[in-house]
Amino acid sequence: MGWQAIRAWTVLVYGFMFLPVAVVVLLSFNANQFGSFPMTGMSLRWFEELWNNDAVMRAFRTSIVLGLMTAVISTTLGILASLALVRYNVPGRNAITTLLIAPILVPEVVLAVALLLFLNWLGLSKSFALLLAGHVIFTLPFVILVVQARLVSIKRDVEEAALSLGASPVQTFFAVTLPLMLPAVAAGALFAFTISFDDITGTLFWKPGGVETVPTQIFSMLRNSISPEINALGTVMIVMTVGLPLLGAAVARKLAMKGGS
Amino acid sequence: MSAVTLQDIVKRFGNFTAVHRTTLEIPEGAFLTLLGPSGCGKTTNLRMIAGLLDPSEGEILIGGKRVNDVPIHKRNLGLVFQNYALFPHKNVAENVAFGLKYRDVPKSEIAGKVQAALELVQLPNVGDRYPKELSGGQQQRIALARAIVIEPDVLLLDEPLSALDANLREDMRVELKRIQERIGVTTVFVTHDQSEALAMSDLIVVMSEGRVEQVGKPEEVYNTPASEFVANFLGASNIMAAKCTDHGAVVMLEEPTFGRVQVPAAKAPNLTGTGAAKLVVRAEKLLLARDPAPEGVVSVPATVETVDYQGQAVRYFVRAGEAQLQAINMIDEHPFAAGDSVHLHLRPQDCAALPG
Repeated sequence: MGWQAIRAWTVLVYGFMFLPVAVVVLLSFNANQFGSFPMTGMSLRWFEELWNNDAVMRAFRTSIVLGLMTAVISTTLGILASLALVRYNVPGRNAITTLLIAPILVPEVVLAVALLLFLNWLGLSKSFALLLAGHVIFTLPFVILVVQARLVSIKRDVEEAALSLGASPVQTFFAVTLPLMLPAVAAGALFAFTISFDDITGTLFWKPGGVETVPTQIFSMLRNSISPEINALGTVMIVMTVGLPLLGAAVARKLAMKGGS
Repeated sequence: MSAVTLQDIVKRFGNFTAVHRTTLEIPEGAFLTLLGPSGCGKTTNLRMIAGLLDPSEGEILIGGKRVNDVPIHKRNLGLVFQNYALFPHKNVAENVAFGLKYRDVPKSEIAGKVQAALELVQLPNVGDRYPKELSGGQQQRIALARAIVIEPDVLLLDEPLSALDANLREDMRVELKRIQERIGVTTVFVTHDQSEALAMSDLIVVMSEGRVEQVGKPEEVYNTPASEFVANFLGASNIMAAKCTDHGAVVMLEEPTFGRVQVPAAKAPNLTGTGAAKLVVRAEKLLLARDPAPEGVVSVPATVETVDYQGQAVRYFVRAGEAQLQAINMIDEHPFAAGDSVHLHLRPQDCAALPG
């Protein structure tokens, strides 16, 4: 009896969480020109309209470029920071770790406003670089957490063996350390990309005029009308942000099976 | 010329001194063992020779050249770790070839050298396997092959046998010694296992609390311990307070249990004169018998208190007068039982003496 109740409750909770998402996906294939039930037939016309909508495509390109750059910069900085914090005896190591992790503990709005104020104080205006910087600050903690955890599990012995065999510290990093932490690096990069791709709060504050990412584009479209196009765009977003990490996890598992540790 | 020299080496970690001023010469081609309990500084010394730690004071010379400022990857050393430390993402052949890639070895020769190294460690057919597909003993052989294929000036072994199970450890011990003799490379071996040290070494350096207690050949260290620590660390010893009454051609010790014992002068190298001294009696040299000993052998009546049966040997704790002593004897037939009255036999030449 008790278990039955818990089971039913669980179904309800998941239903509550995922039903709206399912509705969006379902309605994106609706042939009707109003994005609501009842459905009048299956069609890809809204995806077609998306494809032909310049504003949306521009936003899409911006999001992809922003996401990729965020991923590359965040991952590089994250790897370097993790190396320093795990492998070297940096003074104030704990304080630095806390500082680097802090952006995920601070409410995003606060972080967004703080960065804007800082920019104002420097006398600079909003730009794509600022938007990028904001996304890097916001995604860096995820990369550091994942990469650091992996690096701790890589034994120092293995690197020392490489050094003793004649590889310089840099050669050791590329021949031994980096390949061994590749699954974590890939996971960190994926995190950074999807978080950047999904982000709206910070982006709304930081984006310069005229630049839209997919989430801010959806947001502004919603203010005008509830077009079924938004359902289609939502579906694309869901596929990207759910599909990419799943794909990444599968690749990481494959890598781990081959190399292993 | 020595292959490796430690000259007045000191290593401190903050306020803690891990290695007190140490000077050590490692002869060319020797198999030298740094032996001691954990925390005695043996691994610290090895890591300083390797270049993984910088000495706080003193100089390290390899092949007569000062290497204090030479980083590890330019020292041409072979390093083998307790946990094998193979590269898990590379197969066996790639692991062994790793060091050759950073040397001026023509590509065409690499495969041949790798195969020769694998044959030397008797694993010629595992080149395309990954480390995790091999057993611990096999992984350690590969680690050894990887270290020697680069023809290092010095081979450094950091407790390489400790992670293996007992039977395999003894096989590997013989194997390791065979390979070392075959290639003749100067080897520094770190272990806390006295039987490994005695079986494999040309020279043993016994260390305790960051200090060298004794340097010598295995039989010297074993038969003529230079300190109480050495006497107890290599096997079990009975160490008793005694008085030296004559220190000339012979060394005469007086001890309450055994009376007057004439110790050969060669076995009392550190005893400088008469006065307070210590009599060292190895547990294996103290024989239990039913009857008193013949002339020339010290004989003392005793009672067996505890019997610790170990198969081929037995360890007795016996009481002789005031003293409780331990004796390790091979068993002929049946061991003595607790409560038996026995005679302890001790040949004076088996004793050693230390300053009191």
